[in-house]
Amino acid sequence: MAARYDRAITVFSPDGHLFQVEYAQEAVKKGSTAVGIRGKDIVVLGVEKKSVAKLQEERTVRKICALDEHVCMAFAGIPDNTADARIVINRARVECQSHRLTVEDPVTVEYITRYIATLKQRYTQSNGRRPFGISALIVGFDYDGTPRLYQTDPSGTYHAWKANAIGRSAKTVREFLEKNYTEEAIAGDNEAIKLAIKALLEVVQSGGKNIELAVIRRNQPLKILESKEIETLVTEIEKEKEEEAEKKKQKKST
Amino acid sequence: MAIFEVSGYKKYFELHEQIFPAGLTHLVDRTNHYNFGTKTQEFAVPPGVDPSGFLKSCNHDGGVCIEMNHGTTTLAFKFKHGVIVAVDSRASAGNYLASKDANKVIEINSYLLGTMSGSAADCQHWERLLAKECRLYRLRNNHRISVAAASKLLSNMMLGYRGMGLSMGSMICGWDKQGPGLYYVDDNGTRLSGRMFSTGCGNSYAYGVVDSGYREDMTVEEAYELGRRGITHATHRDAYSGGVVNMYHMREDGWIKVCKDDVSELIHQYRKGMF
Repeated sequence: MAARYDRAITVFSPDGHLFQVEYAQEAVKKGSTAVGIRGKDIVVLGVEKKSVAKLQEERTVRKICALDEHVCMAFAGIPDNTADARIVINRARVECQSHRLTVEDPVTVEYITRYIATLKQRYTQSNGRRPFGISALIVGFDYDGTPRLYQTDPSGTYHAWKANAIGRSAKTVREFLEKNYTEEAIAGDNEAIKLAIKALLEVVQSGGKNIELAVIRRNQPLKILESKEIETLVTEIEKEKEEEAEKKKQKKST
Repeated sequence: MAIFEVSGYKKYFELHEQIFPAGLTHLVDRTNHYNFGTKTQEFAVPPGVDPSGFLKSCNHDGGVCIEMNHGTTTLAFKFKHGVIVAVDSRASAGNYLASKDANKVIEINSYLLGTMSGSAADCQHWERLLAKECRLYRLRNNHRISVAAASKLLSNMMLGYRGMGLSMGSMICGWDKQGPGLYYVDDNGTRLSGRMFSTGCGNSYAYGVVDSGYREDMTVEEAYELGRRGITHATHRDAYSGGVVNMYHMREDGWIKVCKDDVSELIHQYRKGMF
C-alpha cells in the first residue's frame, strides 16, 4: 500500500510529512545534550560527556571539533553518532579551506552553516540515501569580529541563536537559558562560561567530570578546557549557589 | 545508488575520467554552487580534439585567412584617489578594422570593472561569465564579492582551459573593504596584484608614458591627463590601437566614466609641431 513505503525513503506522506526526516529528528533527541552560548567577546560550547567504559581511552571521544581556526561545532545525534558527524565535519573543513583559497578570506559562520545545511538537505531529497542523524551547533567569529551561534537540524534548516541547546533534555536546558540569559549574565568571558556550565549542570548527572567545554575568544583559536579548570568553575558555581540560598534564608528570617 | 550499479549506468564524472587524462580530473566537480561552478568546465571539449593546434593552422601560412580580433592598448593604475582605467576602442581582425568603437571595459557592477585585450570573443565571453558569478555571489552571501575573489574566479576559469588556445589579458579593478584593488589576469592563469598594469600590443608605449609621468600624489585631473596621454601615444605608434580613449575612475563610492575622447584630436594637442 502507498502508506507503507514512505517510511523507508524520503518522500512525502499523504498528510505532508517527511517521515525519514522526522525520525532523524527523533534520533537527535536521544543524543547527549550540547549547549551553545554567544557572549560579547567569547563563544562557548558545552557538551555532556558520557562516562567512558573502564578499558576505554578517554581522549578518543571528542564531540567538539574545529572546522577552521575561528569556527567550531558540537553535534548531537543517536547515542554517539560520531560516524555521521565525521562526514559532515570533513566536508565542512574542506569547504572552509576551499573558500579561503578561492575568495582569499576566511568563511563567515553563516556561510559554513549554510553549506552544512545544504549538504544535509541534499540527503533528504535523493533516493537511496538517508538523512544525517545529527543536529549541530556551530559557533565562531566572523572576520569583522562579530560572534555568531547557529543551529542546524537533520532537515537542513538553520537558524541563528543567542543561546541554544540540542539533544536529550534540550527543552529543559533551553528553558533555563531563556530565564537566565541576560546582558549581565554574559557581560564577561567567565560569566558566559559559567552560564554554559550552569545550564548543563541542570541535566547532567554527577557534575563536572561529565562536561566537555570549549571556548573561542575573538582572534584566538579554539581552546578546549581541561577537566581541572571545569572542576574549579563548578566549585565556584556551587559556592555561589550556596551564598544565594543563604541570602534568601536570611531575608526570610529577618 | 543501487539501480545505477545494476543497470551499468556510468555517472558523468566517471565517464569524464576516461575522456580526460588524470591531470585534469581534479578540475571536474559536481555542479555545486558553493564551488562557484568554475571548477566544472563550461564546455566539454570532445575527445581527440586539439583546439590550439587547430587555431595555429588557421592563419595565413596555412592558407586560411581567418584572423581573430586582436590588438589593443589598455592601462590602469592606482593613485591616491582611487584607480584610473583607460582603454582604446579599435577592434582589428588581421589587417581589417572590425570596429572603431568597440567597448573594451565591462562594467561588472557599480564598483567592479574588467578590461579586455587579446581575442575579443574570449574576453567578452569569460568576463560576462565572471559578471554572472559576481552577481550570484552577491545574492547568495548578502555582501559584495571582493576584488581579490573576483580576479581569482577569472583566473581559475582560465586555468581550466590552459593550453587550449584562449587569448585574454584582463585587468580587474575595483574598490572593496580592503580599499582600491587592481589585478592583472591572463589566459595562462597568471594573476598579479599591482599598482599599474598595461596590456595589449600597445602596452610598451603606454608604459613609457605613464611610468615617466606618474606621481603618487597626483591630483585627479592630472591622473586623467596621464591616462589620456598613455592611450593616445600608444594608439599613435601601434597600428592595432586607435579610436577613442574610454576612461573610468574607480572611487570609494563606485566608478564614474570620465571621458570618451577621440585620439586623433588628442594627438594633435599633445604633439604640436610634430606634424
